[in-house]
Amino acid sequence: MKFGVVRFPGSCDEVDALLACRRFGEAELLWHRDRDLRGVDAVVIPGGFSYGDYLRAGAIARFAPVMGSVVEFARDGGPVLGICNGFQVLCEAGLLPGALLPNRSLRFVCRQVEVVVENRDTPFTRACEQGERLSVPVKHQTGRYFAPGIAPEQVVLRYAPGQNPNGAQDDIAGVCGPEGNVVGLMPHPEHAVDPLTGSADGGRLFESVAMVAVA
Amino acid sequence: MTGSATAPHRELGLTDSEYDGICERLGREPNALELAVFSLMWSEHCAYKHSRKLLRELPTDGPYVLMGPGENAGVVDIGDGLAVAFKVESHNHPSAVEPFQGAATGVGGILRDVFAVGARPIAVLDSLRFGELDSARSRYLFDWAVKGIGHYGNSIGVPTVGGEVYFEGPYEQNCLVNAMCVGVARRARLIRSAAAGVGNEVVLLGARTGRDGIGGASVLASAELSEEDASKRPSVQIGDPFEESKLLECCLELLDRGAVAALQDLGAAGLSSSSSEMASKGGVGIDVDVSRVPLREADMEPFEIMISESQERMLCVAEPRRLPELLEVCDRWEVRATPIGAVTDTGRLRVLDGDEVVGDMPVTALVDECPLYDLEPEPPPGPIYPTPPERLPRGSGATQTLLALLASASIASKRFAFEQYDSIVGSRTARRPQIADAAVLTLAGDGGSGALAVSIDGNGRRAACDPYTGAAEAVLECARNLACVGAEPLGLTNCLNFGNPEKPHIAWQLTRAVAGLRDACLELGVPVVGGNVSLYNEGAEGPIYPTPIVGMVGKLPDPETVPRLGFAEEGHAVALLGPFAPALEGSELEKLRGGLADCLPRVDLQAQADALVRLSGVVREGRLATVHDVSDGGLACALAECCIGGGVGARIELPETSEADLFGEGPGGVVIAGPRAAVEAVQGAVVVGSVGGGALEIAGTLTVPVAELARVYEGAIPAALTR
Repeated sequence: MKFGVVRFPGSCDEVDALLACRRFGEAELLWHRDRDLRGVDAVVIPGGFSYGDYLRAGAIARFAPVMGSVVEFARDGGPVLGICNGFQVLCEAGLLPGALLPNRSLRFVCRQVEVVVENRDTPFTRACEQGERLSVPVKHQTGRYFAPGIAPEQVVLRYAPGQNPNGAQDDIAGVCGPEGNVVGLMPHPEHAVDPLTGSADGGRLFESVAMVAVA
Repeated sequence: MTGSATAPHRELGLTDSEYDGICERLGREPNALELAVFSLMWSEHCAYKHSRKLLRELPTDGPYVLMGPGENAGVVDIGDGLAVAFKVESHNHPSAVEPFQGAATGVGGILRDVFAVGARPIAVLDSLRFGELDSARSRYLFDWAVKGIGHYGNSIGVPTVGGEVYFEGPYEQNCLVNAMCVGVARRARLIRSAAAGVGNEVVLLGARTGRDGIGGASVLASAELSEEDASKRPSVQIGDPFEESKLLECCLELLDRGAVAALQDLGAAGLSSSSSEMASKGGVGIDVDVSRVPLREADMEPFEIMISESQERMLCVAEPRRLPELLEVCDRWEVRATPIGAVTDTGRLRVLDGDEVVGDMPVTALVDECPLYDLEPEPPPGPIYPTPPERLPRGSGATQTLLALLASASIASKRFAFEQYDSIVGSRTARRPQIADAAVLTLAGDGGSGALAVSIDGNGRRAACDPYTGAAEAVLECARNLACVGAEPLGLTNCLNFGNPEKPHIAWQLTRAVAGLRDACLELGVPVVGGNVSLYNEGAEGPIYPTPIVGMVGKLPDPETVPRLGFAEEGHAVALLGPFAPALEGSELEKLRGGLADCLPRVDLQAQADALVRLSGVVREGRLATVHDVSDGGLACALAECCIGGGVGARIELPETSEADLFGEGPGGVVIAGPRAAVEAVQGAVVVGSVGGGALEIAGTLTVPVAELARVYEGAIPAALTR
């Protein structure tokens, strides 16, 4: 099992994601200018501010050479996880429905929240129980998910009642594409893989995909 | 020329005698470019001309010190082949003019200081001062400074893990924004800024040079603020954290490859200071060709290019044979790299515009020969600050007093601020803001053992009461915060924020504060490895409170057993540690009652230092669940914070319950809690009660539900901002 973590200029959490993946398999960084995905079994698009995000979060990164290969990989059914800025990039790339708008507070928010697993039929939630609660941090300024008419089965994670940090529609924290293999979420599971730094619940997502690859 | 009232050198802030000194060193009158460069290099901000003699009193040596004051940042050995670099710096005047960019570029600047020595930044802390939140200006400055800090730190992927904010009238016009950065490096990757190797290339890295921040060092940092500050907005630099993120990764890769021989960031006075300081440290000269500097605006004058304070730029020296590799790495990171000059053996900074020499100055004159001034301290004959407005009538009951203190913006939760900062990127933050008295950062990812603890502290109002004791207390408070998580301090950085030192009573404050810092550092055995001085913090209404800010880095062996500040479990015993002799002088309660004392009780530094060693030792045993120091608002507030942090009450019976016992302040008090046997085993611990119930009960004095404490403590700042 090998994870590939994309690194754009301006990525912030790529090393965190790499270290999280290495707890569950092999992992290496994929450079934004390279089209070669180096035979990885799953792709993680990490958090941060790709290319500075001065235009609109994720709007430039979707044009990076590596993204052409990621789109192909996803269309072939490969598991792709977008975290925070990665979620924004996947929406911009058309792999996920909807868009991420500025938080209702118009402020950056960094906070530990609980999310509820709504759909365990994705490569990243298979190890979870339906309705399981995970303690995972959020940290973003543009995380208010908006997708009128999204199919209920595409909602993968919801903020626990009363814990929606950004005003997202229907408390949606994470969604998947129509085939289920592409998942995007605003919370940061890579920052929840060790109780010492807050929680280990986020490891369930990486564990899920590692389990799928073995199976 | 020196006689004219409108002489250019005066407009640039140089005195007539300083101007004569420049002419003497050049053997002629300077041209306009040279005058501009000298005016910045000889400004207070660059030359420390009113503080350098005083700063020599501070202890700077220690067994672990690898780099002391004078380098881009102080560096201390932390074992396992690793070193920690750290420094605090002010960006006060830019933030008072434009808080978002002022604060953002303050963070950007201190990050560059740390990666300039080869360390990867792992944490930012900030120390902020504003006027009271019932002022619209203070709300604006606070709100936007916080946004600015978050904007830069969040975007570049360095966590902001701690800090402190106080709101006091004397900061109304002149807010303070001090930012501290901590970085980790392999010792082998550390690099100094001394230029070396005649014939080596001088290469400018990073952003293009524009007109932003021209003259910032002399215009903003070395004169008092006035009403025309809006016209200074163009002097405030604009930050681009994306550019800096690339620059950071690029520089660290260049250092890993050994491709550069020296590295220096461009801060105040831009190319002028970075090139002359690198040359001075290396005992060499540097030629700079301004026609090769990439510009944002085509028609810039050579002098503008030399003094521009455009952000996100670094200067490095590289052997010509390493140049192709250097350019290749920069290309990979999409960082602009332009050879703009060479190291020479002339000992002079020569500025060329193509073939034409447009400036030629001795490096030592620029860097080392600025006249240093003796301060003329004189204690003020009477109070120099107005007393704060009364907010709490005398005779208020204990419950009302406690709630008023928890609602006071300086004590209330700073969640509004720290939730706007990414405190976790880097996967090493074991104790986040408001979880323990110091942030705890693990070193496992660097191949190190244990963890670092970091804190930043200062209390300007107490320093206004007594600059010597106030400054010493800042050192003790910072060290105590580290001890509360089991860390021993390795080194200290400080930022001295004061008014106009040419005024005798400000000179006196500064002199006394430095003496307090010195004595506390000597007693604790902590070296000062770097810092910054920010003077002229005053406006028409008078000076700011004297505000020495202290940042410390310590090390602890096991992050897994670090206690938190909240009570953990019903039934745990609660005890107090000292020596602690609380008094109302200089306390937050005194302030709420409209008072400002003119002295503080004397502090026994040796007893305090001994207690800190014992405290960190006890914490390291790993048997205590809760450790929280008694600080602003006194013991009652500390207990309330323990209850709020744990979401559980406590039943407390104190031997004495006078106002001073409940709400008085002073160094040395610590609340501990844990299993009864563990607490009773702590030498000197006075058991005062146990954890449990839904309220804080102090027998015979007050009973307040924890939910009420939390509502007031957490709600105060959001409420103040939405008025």
